[in-house]
Amino acid sequence: MFSPLDDLTIRIGGEAGMGLESSGVGFSQALVRGGLHVFGFADYHSRIRGGHNFFTVRLARRPLYSHTEPVHLLLALDQETVRRHIGAVVPGGAVVYDEKDGLPEVPRRPDVQYFSIPLSKLAEEAGGSAIMRNTLVFAVAAGLISFDPAYIESVARDNFARKGPAVVDANLRVIAAGVKASRPFQDDFPFRMEAVPGAPRRLLLNGNQAFAMGALAGGCRFVSGYPMTPGSPVLEWMAAHAEEYGVVTLQVEDEIAALCMAIGAGYAGVRAMAPTSGGGFSLMVEALGLAGMTEVPVVVYEAQRPGPSTGLATRTEQGDLLFVLHASQGEFPRIILAPGTVEQAFEAGWRAFNFAERYQTPVIVLSDHYLATSVRDVAPEDLNFDAVVIDRGELLTEAELDSLEGEYKRHRFTESGVSPRAIPGHPKAVYASSSDEHDEYGHIEEDAENRRRMHAKRMRKLETARAEMRPPTVYGPEDAELTFIAWGSTYGPLREAVDRLSEQGVRARMLHFADIWPVPQGVESLLTGETIAVEGNYSGQFADLLRMATGHTVSRRILKWDGRPISPEYILRNTEYAIRTP
Amino acid sequence: MVTVDDFASPVRPTWCTGCGNFAIWNAVKRALAQVGLAPHQVMIVGGIGCGSKLPDYTRANGYMTLHGRTVPVATGIRLANHGLRVICTHGDGDAYAEGLGHMLHAARRNIGLVDIIQDNRIYGLTKGQYSPTSDRGRVTKTSPWGAFELPVNPIALALAAGATFVARSWSGDLNHLTETIVRALGHRGYALVDIFQPCVTFNRQNSYDYYRPRVYKLQDDPTYDVTDKMAAFARALEWGDRIPIGVFYQVEDRPAYEEQVPALRAGPLAPRPLEKLRPEQIRRLLEELV
Repeated sequence: MFSPLDDLTIRIGGEAGMGLESSGVGFSQALVRGGLHVFGFADYHSRIRGGHNFFTVRLARRPLYSHTEPVHLLLALDQETVRRHIGAVVPGGAVVYDEKDGLPEVPRRPDVQYFSIPLSKLAEEAGGSAIMRNTLVFAVAAGLISFDPAYIESVARDNFARKGPAVVDANLRVIAAGVKASRPFQDDFPFRMEAVPGAPRRLLLNGNQAFAMGALAGGCRFVSGYPMTPGSPVLEWMAAHAEEYGVVTLQVEDEIAALCMAIGAGYAGVRAMAPTSGGGFSLMVEALGLAGMTEVPVVVYEAQRPGPSTGLATRTEQGDLLFVLHASQGEFPRIILAPGTVEQAFEAGWRAFNFAERYQTPVIVLSDHYLATSVRDVAPEDLNFDAVVIDRGELLTEAELDSLEGEYKRHRFTESGVSPRAIPGHPKAVYASSSDEHDEYGHIEEDAENRRRMHAKRMRKLETARAEMRPPTVYGPEDAELTFIAWGSTYGPLREAVDRLSEQGVRARMLHFADIWPVPQGVESLLTGETIAVEGNYSGQFADLLRMATGHTVSRRILKWDGRPISPEYILRNTEYAIRTP
Repeated sequence: MVTVDDFASPVRPTWCTGCGNFAIWNAVKRALAQVGLAPHQVMIVGGIGCGSKLPDYTRANGYMTLHGRTVPVATGIRLANHGLRVICTHGDGDAYAEGLGHMLHAARRNIGLVDIIQDNRIYGLTKGQYSPTSDRGRVTKTSPWGAFELPVNPIALALAAGATFVARSWSGDLNHLTETIVRALGHRGYALVDIFQPCVTFNRQNSYDYYRPRVYKLQDDPTYDVTDKMAAFARALEWGDRIPIGVFYQVEDRPAYEEQVPALRAGPLAPRPLEKLRPEQIRRLLEELV
């Protein structure tokens, strides 16, 4: 009766301050070391202590791109966890709870098992501190699913090594105690996921890490930011690597300063970026136009969260697309990338800087909380460092600068709109650019004909760039009756929904856009049959953008704006509804 | 040898005849020539305002940015290439209204900028509104009842924020102006140079004739100690019939921000070749994710 499943989900819940995410990520690491595929995501409140937080890790023997809704094993570090999540537990699933907490006064589900274990007491006895029950309960989980605890031990050894052998030993004792405590329940728990010894090594990371690593590989050497969830971990990651890789990182007084400093650095010739979220981006808007007007390469990483205003600080949404597309007064070219996976986030990291320098204009990478913070495993070669190209565009070399004749024209009229750029500091290329409309030298100029030509020169860059934008990823059969359209982090849930529809005999496919603006060429031919936009916002902003750019009106929109990520099940439920309703 | 003529731009200033900006412009060029900095070795950053157009009238690396954001843009430039001597030239509205926060943070950061404020105590380019340094009671188009606010005290603010060089000069004394800027150019960290700059069109009160009898030079007193912060604060509060100019405060014992950044130990960032990560570096990065 205990047939092994190839896909199960474990959720740990409790209050902020209980170490759910750190232990959850550690457990995920152990699973990956054990040859399993994982997708983990944290759901937490904007507070340091209290509230209700949970971390969900899905594990499988095949690659995963998304979380799913059903939970097989619920690890409850408080009663609230049981109260909130008991409905998500599958029949035959189980709840592990701390004996000292007991169970809330809600009806017990007859199809779910409840395992009472003295988690705090055992953690205290084995490790010297009840707080270590987060580690202990994952060891219980490993025991229940027959996952070799040696992998958890190896992660604990590595992660606690810098705290000394005493801390490592305490953690190892806690893990052993957890495994032991699971034994009486093992036969009652029907779901198994044994490790795959000798599986090829895989990596675990989230979108923020992937993007930061890609940016570093792409030559980013200046990062200025102001703390804001969920974008600032990119600044933290860069600061952690700043010394080794020669990156200047600063935490500054506000996001206005953050982008202005990055623009200054870009103007001086260094690949620079400012990571933030929507609120911080709002402050950056005027500076974005400065970069556009003065043709300065700069990258903004905007990890979206639900707005407007403070919104839901620690949750996810795709509500900023049209804002970043139109932000700042006037018209200027900008490039927008919206990676959907950690692999695409890594690529966006280096591609953004190439676009910024090739077109001498701001590039915005749109991420969101779901992509930025969810962890997934990839093969080492999926972070394709070999494919990284550092293309600085029309940047004058030292030899070219030496042979310049006459006064240098920084904003020279060209067919492509791109003017050969000199990094300031060479005696033959002394210039001053201006946020005022300017002539080819950069001098302030209000002449109408100059304005007409200079503005058109800048805007032409957008058309030149369009040819370089990648078409959407097409996933699914060409003759699909249903074409789902997604952008950014919706990739994973939608991909899985399409797989499940295919299993049910529905010919469905996904068009996923990671290069958003300028809208890639030739998209029109892909927009055929029944088209359904799937977006994490209220209005279907990308569907509107597509209509603006292509004239195509999508047939349906599946939208979500409750701050929680779109799941495959959510798409399937709403697809049925969309198909039924004319 | 660098001369003042090296900085001659084909663009003629649009400033009014008699504008205090002419003296500041000349003093900047003279000071640069005096310390031997050529046009390609400096970067003059302006914001928006009459004085902020100074880079357009000067043949040197320059950047005319946004109102109030002169200092953060200049900070980014300095950190990207500290081989360039970075100078800000912007007005009192730019520096002390929209940009006041940035000024205080630049001071506590001690970033190596010479921050020249063309302080005419009025908004000129927008035609005569009161500014953060206008006197209380000042009647303008936007303060018909007289300004209710007190003027900011940039000298005291900079001192309080931890600035390591705080000076004031005025457009009526080109030599003092030049000397002060020369001294600021020799400072390792953040240097604030607030300059009284008469606006002959929109501020008839704070004219050359207003300042001439009032200003006196701190450095005329040989006992004045520029490293004494309390003395500097006392002079910063002196206002009215006698107004001190010169260097209020200067200490060289605090490292500039850029001197402390590990990535900059190997020299300026911008001129370094940009290369792909080495296999060893990639291996180490991936090792973190196992």
